[in-house]
Amino acid sequence: MRLTLHIWRQKNGGDAGGFVSYPRQDVSPDMSFLEMLDVLNEELTEAGDEPVAFDHDCREGICGACGVMINGVAHGPEPGTATCQLHMRKFKDGDEIRVEPFRSRAFPILKDLVVDRSPLDEIIQAGGFISVNTGSAPEANLMPVPRRDAERAMDAAECIGCGACVAQCPNGAGQLFTAAKISHLAELPQGQPERASRASAMVEVMESYFGSCSNFAECEAVCPKGISIDFIAQMNREYLRSRFK
Amino acid sequence: MNFDAKVPSGPLIEKWTKHKFDLDLVNPANKRKFSVIVVGSGLAGASAAASLGELGYHVDCFCFQDSARRAHSIAAQGGINAAKNYPNDGDSVWRLFYDTVKGGDFRSREANVHRLAEVSVDIIDQCVAQGIPFAREYGGGLANRSFGGAQVSRTFYARGQTGQQLQLGAYQALARQIGAGTVGMHTKTEMLDLVVEDGRARGIVTRDLTSGAMTSWSADAVVLATGGYSNVFFLSTNAKGCNATAIWRAHRRGALFANPCYTQIHPTCIPQHGDYQSKLTLMSESLRNDGRIWVPKTAGDSRSPGRIPEGERDYYLERRYPAFGNLVPRDIASRAAKAVCDQGLGVGHGGRGVYLDFAEVLARLGKASVEAKYGNLFEMYERITGENPYQVPMRIYPAPHYTMGGLWVDYDLMSSVPGLFVIGEANFSDHGANRLGASALMQGLADGYFVLPYTIGNYLAPHMGEEPLSTDHAAFREVESQVRERLSKLLSIDGKRTVDSLHRALGRVCEDYCGMSRERQGLEGAIGQIQALREEYWQNVRVPGAAQDLNQSLEKAGRVADYFELAELMCRDALDREESCGTHFREEYRTDEGEAKRNDEDYTHVSAWEWTGADSEPRRHKEALEFENVPPTQRSYK
Repeated sequence: MRLTLHIWRQKNGGDAGGFVSYPRQDVSPDMSFLEMLDVLNEELTEAGDEPVAFDHDCREGICGACGVMINGVAHGPEPGTATCQLHMRKFKDGDEIRVEPFRSRAFPILKDLVVDRSPLDEIIQAGGFISVNTGSAPEANLMPVPRRDAERAMDAAECIGCGACVAQCPNGAGQLFTAAKISHLAELPQGQPERASRASAMVEVMESYFGSCSNFAECEAVCPKGISIDFIAQMNREYLRSRFK
Repeated sequence: MNFDAKVPSGPLIEKWTKHKFDLDLVNPANKRKFSVIVVGSGLAGASAAASLGELGYHVDCFCFQDSARRAHSIAAQGGINAAKNYPNDGDSVWRLFYDTVKGGDFRSREANVHRLAEVSVDIIDQCVAQGIPFAREYGGGLANRSFGGAQVSRTFYARGQTGQQLQLGAYQALARQIGAGTVGMHTKTEMLDLVVEDGRARGIVTRDLTSGAMTSWSADAVVLATGGYSNVFFLSTNAKGCNATAIWRAHRRGALFANPCYTQIHPTCIPQHGDYQSKLTLMSESLRNDGRIWVPKTAGDSRSPGRIPEGERDYYLERRYPAFGNLVPRDIASRAAKAVCDQGLGVGHGGRGVYLDFAEVLARLGKASVEAKYGNLFEMYERITGENPYQVPMRIYPAPHYTMGGLWVDYDLMSSVPGLFVIGEANFSDHGANRLGASALMQGLADGYFVLPYTIGNYLAPHMGEEPLSTDHAAFREVESQVRERLSKLLSIDGKRTVDSLHRALGRVCEDYCGMSRERQGLEGAIGQIQALREEYWQNVRVPGAAQDLNQSLEKAGRVADYFELAELMCRDALDREESCGTHFREEYRTDEGEAKRNDEDYTHVSAWEWTGADSEPRRHKEALEFENVPPTQRSYK
């Protein structure tokens, strides 16, 4: 395959940055998108240029480290697929591909395609946990959990924290990420004692960094784990309920 | 050389209980006077940092990823073992202990393994209380499934993402302590060296991966939880960032490295498909419950699998191991796949692949039922290969996955450098020469939640009242300048080859001569080739960019430089161990039926290697292993 990449290059947070075009020959359809960038980087390095910086780690779609905008879509054209699991067979010979970092005010660009997503960690630190010290847990089967509840908690818990939801949202909202964690813990009996304080604390930190939700549902469309926006509705209920506690 | 395993005396089942009582304690008010560094935030690191923070220690935790949640424990699929015996099928702490010692081919420390089995039940309690959404039965109780190497169902799971859920649980416990201010979290920060002064670990030197800034950190104890070294093979199932720099730098500062040749090659991975390939993807071992493994009986049979009649297929695992069939332990399944491919019977790219066929189970149970069990795995396979496993058999091939070897630790998980503790995959302790499925998650969390928080106090207690070493001390200054010098050297070589191209070359040597099968001549040759590659690396590598910047090439360059040295030690250990055991298979030592042949008389020991310099041979020490409770037998899965 022959392709033309237009990649966002930016030296650091202070640099203005801009697109640089890289024509590519001999791209194998069996390559992953990141392997295609690897090959480009090998060539850039051999030519004495600086390779394109991008975040990635497990390359199995589970660590959430990778993620770029591909032709304006977070993680690219294949639904339910993180950038690292996207393969070149999803593109056509002669395609022009625009590659940009996840863009959001809450995610400042550090270099090229690498952004700072630490506000997501701060939301978890505010209350995205169950306060149980090591060693103080009761016998695991003392508290039965209906299978349906466990499954629904797992549907939410699958979030990989990549930030695609924020990047795709016209408002730069962090609702889907926050809602997934609040819902995961609210579904389980173990999460009940802190249910109200958790929702309230997490939403407050979320709102200090991210935009508001106006139900575009773009987040759900690009989520590599297919997390449903139903959880945003659940978060809103949880938050409202916490106001009356 | 401080080299005493310090295994407590007394009957096996009382050792841990007795030891916990004998350990020195640090009283609650004094704990905040001690500082502890934890490097790594996977299952072991995050659980340790969180637990130490809860106890009141002053903790600093470091990871190279941009969030503590992303450590590679997150990619584990299958499950976590625990001796709960919920299915009422005869499991017990003793059986889990027995299976693990046998699975490790009698090359692990009995006392450590028994402790692991004992605390396995507490781990499940802890994880459930944290809100980990384990699979449930309809009555609301926890569900279990079975895994290779065991005849009971003791594996707890959360869909195909058990590692992710356990990792998030530990990460959330850690986040709680970060929020509470007991743990300082330093993401995108890589440990580049260990500082040892007066024979004790006193701190580390790190590089900020965004700004390139170098910082020294002083502490009363240092804990390494930095994972394994499978990436020495370049192509492995590990994340791209997984590296051995922390343990290798500690090794160079005096920590013994134990059993480096015990590396696990996982049998069910998606085969390599091109020269540009960056990593290999694991398909859960659970697939072997229903998939049938086969190759064509005739070499060079290029028909599509569906056109090869039953009579012309060799279901070689079912043929060779009728009792366990497709569910033999990992080392055996991997070697068997290599053997048929070596005979030219392999399928797919380069003839390095075997079929994993679901046609039989699809016909028997129907597509819906198979989808419910394996849907996400089938989807992942199709995403990567473009082939639909409901219609054509999967192709699989073994890939480097986990390393049982690691830094030597005593019963307290302390290395041979006092004050330096090593937990999780980074140490060598519990799996012997082969790890059983679903035991890595168990060990990481056992070390972090339930072992280290007790044993570290015993080391710290006598140091009460001592001033921590100032980071202005000459010991820190010297290490900083060595680190800086090394980075400048890497940047200044300005040669012709990229880091990846040399790393790939190293990986090929390791795979060919120190992978699934090894023999004397090959290993001797490999050591020479690795030395030559290392020399070329330091003369001809090109690392673009600057040290004071976000520079991913420089990050890789430092890690790969360490891999050359580690690879050499791995080959030396494989050469030195003149027997076959578990994953370590020496062609010269096999039974008449081609199975691994142990030599218990000469090799019932841990080989712990001492660094003596970059250009001199390492010194081997032995820790004798005693099997008082499980007499070593020849493993049989026939």
